Amino acid sequence: MNRQKLQRVLVTSASSVLAIIVALVICAVILLITGKDPVKAYSTLFGAAGETKVLQGMLNRATPLMISAAAVAIGFKMNLFNIGVEGQMRVALLSTAVIGGAVNLPAPLHIAFCFVVAMATGALWSGIAGWLKVKRNVNEVISTIMLNFIALSVVAWSFDTFFRLDKEGESTSLLVKTKDLPRSAWFPDLVDRRLNGMLIVAIVILILFWVLVWKTKFGFQLRASGANSGAARATGVNPKRMIFISMLISGALAGLVGMRALMGDVHAYQNNLAEQQGFNGIAVALLGRNHPVGIFFSALLFGFLGEASGRLQLEDIPKEIVTIMTGIIVLAVVIINEAVKRWDDRRIQRRAAAMVEAAS
Amino acid sequence: MSEQAQARGDFAVELRGITKTFPGVIANHDVNLSVRPGTIHAIVGENGAGKSTLMKTLYGMHQPDEGSITVDGVTRTFRSPTDAIAAGIGMVHQHFMLADNLTITENIILGNEPVTSRGRIDFAAAHARIGALMSTLGVDFDLDAPVSSLGVGQRQRVEILKVLYRGARILILDEPTAVLVPQEVIELFVTLKRLVAEGATVIFISHKLDEVLANCDEITVIRQGTTVAHTSPRETDRRGLAELMVGGDLPDPSGRDTHVRDSVLLEVAAIDVAGTAVGSKLALDQVSLRVRSGEIVGIAGVEGNGQFELCEAILGLVPTVRGSVSMEGRDISHTPTRERINAGLSYIPFDRHREGLLLDAPLWENTFLGREDNRRLTSGLFTRRRAIEADSRAIIDRFGVRTPSEQVPAFALSGGNQQKLVVGREMASDPKVLLAAHPTRGVDVGAQAAIWDELRHARDNGLGVLLVSADLEELIGLSDTILVMYDGRITAQLDPAEATPEMLGTYMTGEVQGARS
Repeated sequence: MNRQKLQRVLVTSASSVLAIIVALVICAVILLITGKDPVKAYSTLFGAAGETKVLQGMLNRATPLMISAAAVAIGFKMNLFNIGVEGQMRVALLSTAVIGGAVNLPAPLHIAFCFVVAMATGALWSGIAGWLKVKRNVNEVISTIMLNFIALSVVAWSFDTFFRLDKEGESTSLLVKTKDLPRSAWFPDLVDRRLNGMLIVAIVILILFWVLVWKTKFGFQLRASGANSGAARATGVNPKRMIFISMLISGALAGLVGMRALMGDVHAYQNNLAEQQGFNGIAVALLGRNHPVGIFFSALLFGFLGEASGRLQLEDIPKEIVTIMTGIIVLAVVIINEAVKRWDDRRIQRRAAAMVEAAS
Repeated sequence: MSEQAQARGDFAVELRGITKTFPGVIANHDVNLSVRPGTIHAIVGENGAGKSTLMKTLYGMHQPDEGSITVDGVTRTFRSPTDAIAAGIGMVHQHFMLADNLTITENIILGNEPVTSRGRIDFAAAHARIGALMSTLGVDFDLDAPVSSLGVGQRQRVEILKVLYRGARILILDEPTAVLVPQEVIELFVTLKRLVAEGATVIFISHKLDEVLANCDEITVIRQGTTVAHTSPRETDRRGLAELMVGGDLPDPSGRDTHVRDSVLLEVAAIDVAGTAVGSKLALDQVSLRVRSGEIVGIAGVEGNGQFELCEAILGLVPTVRGSVSMEGRDISHTPTRERINAGLSYIPFDRHREGLLLDAPLWENTFLGREDNRRLTSGLFTRRRAIEADSRAIIDRFGVRTPSEQVPAFALSGGNQQKLVVGREMASDPKVLLAAHPTRGVDVGAQAAIWDELRHARDNGLGVLLVSADLEELIGLSDTILVMYDGRITAQLDPAEATPEMLGTYMTGEVQGARS
């Protein structure tokens, strides 16, 4: 029994581990071709793992990735590909900065209020895609990509027109922001200015995600709809309802992605805030195989690579090699995963047949 | 098999000692097949007997582990279908491989386009060659019409043209009549006989014995992965062939010393269901029926005459335009599906892969599907994994599902065991009414007998069953009354004590519409 479980864990993580190895090898080749020393590059990169400062930065960067990967993964469980986390996050960022900044509440309440605003606006934005899918059968990939563009433009425009705060004599500065959030809405740091407490929130979200998907009736119906919508429908699970609800949950989580940057770091909205963190969640979810444990470690890896990449420049190695590595990991995990699944399916089938044979 | 027939060279196709093993499925072992040129040679066997594996071997889709393939006296190895095509073998698939938006000509020449000296497609040459083939076949198509404008029977004819265009002289047809209405079946055989008269050879895979006996020259029977008999329509009859197929006596579905009780469990009253396409005719037209406690009501009919919509309407998966559905006297016409299930309605779906199982999920999740409101298996919003697993083991034991454990994913089971699992799940919640669509389709004889026993046992305990089946023996043997569906309506009600498969067959084609007795 335990052996079976262990085997399953090994098989599931095998493709991710293999993908990372493949990416390291290919990047080493690229480094060699460009005349850099891969051994030096990797020892610089991974040598940074010993430093507390780097580790704190890794956790800080991993925080939003965990949340956005959870947002993507809940869609994947239902066979929905929510590419719109970035847009949903952006809408939630500006709304929370503006609405959260307009009220005054005691600290814990104020933080909770900001979370509610972020989740509601994120869900509102993803709900559009969900509604289009349910009512008009619009593919969510197309609609969420389009809604990303709309979100980016609308948010940038309304920020520029209504909410930007020009400081005296600084109006041409690139770093224009909204009004600062009141201190009661600041999310406390675990290590002052180094590690924000949103990490705890992200981990709680992953745990709740696990409970919801694997331990509840709703989660079972969600997975059943994703695995075979025909079978789920025949047992009375309403597929449209499941699509809409999972899009809402996905969007609500997407709304929280930017909160580490907003409430824990900058404390005001600016246009490049939390940029790309919604997209990066897709990569983390893929590498983490849509499982909370996998997502946790994948987020740590991506967080680490992002944090340590700066070191490479000191050695005159372009830090873009890390971006290349990330891209290769994502491609490789998709390909290898398919191959591993086929191999494992055959293995399971053969073993089941053999055991039945032996029993009779 | 006669002695001189075994001499080499007398056969268009000869397979000797073919063995092919796969994990989990019945494959082939020691298969021998000899097909004379210029004949229609039938290969018959139950679903899962290994017919498809054999044909894939012959068409080069996989390689046998042992044995030899001889075509026109030359021993060959097929590494891919390309090799088989080069040897003159063509396959007409059960599911047509045509591109809807291309014309008939374009579909036929796809992959073998004749080219002019300037590198363009030579449509004139293509038309000339296809025209010649059409006159051989005795068909006439507007070659520039899109395939989407053709009916099923015509598409099949296009598939045959396509195979002939590639130079095939030996045609394999995989269950070609499964998708045809009776008139189209007749036309197909006219076409095939013309082909054979021109010197082609046809290998015809089927499990419809009447067709085989009426139209084929020779018959090879395959059972549990191996060829067990070679015979011809002159030497055998329907029953003899059926017994060869299942090996020994046919299991007997009958046993009707039952007591149908008075209480009506399911009542369908004059329901209409809209067709899928806009403006199309009704899929169900004024359908009424009653299922009482302890009764099995059989639905006979050629597939696609409203049986599926009837089950969907009773489950509440499609809306009814008119009429009502009630269970135990309570109108459930507007009750959500899940509540109908919780009220005691169960469903063995038409296609276990599409509607019955989560193939990648372990068996315990499969037996849990649809039973999320069972108090024993859940507490509040949460599932109780241990209880679910124990319940799954109980179902596996009770229904004799052959599996190492409940942790195995469903795809690892053979078709018969998957079906037993579905039947077991649907019976496990002690339903009051069971909609059973093809409950024994594609399962082996042992599993069939087990499923029949379960149905009979539950019926004796008061279960009402609506049985949809294409297996007429099953319908006649199990049912207390048989309704015939044709074109979305119930066209006849028959007493199974008097019905014969032949008689049902004539009702099913819609030629005869009996008064409801």
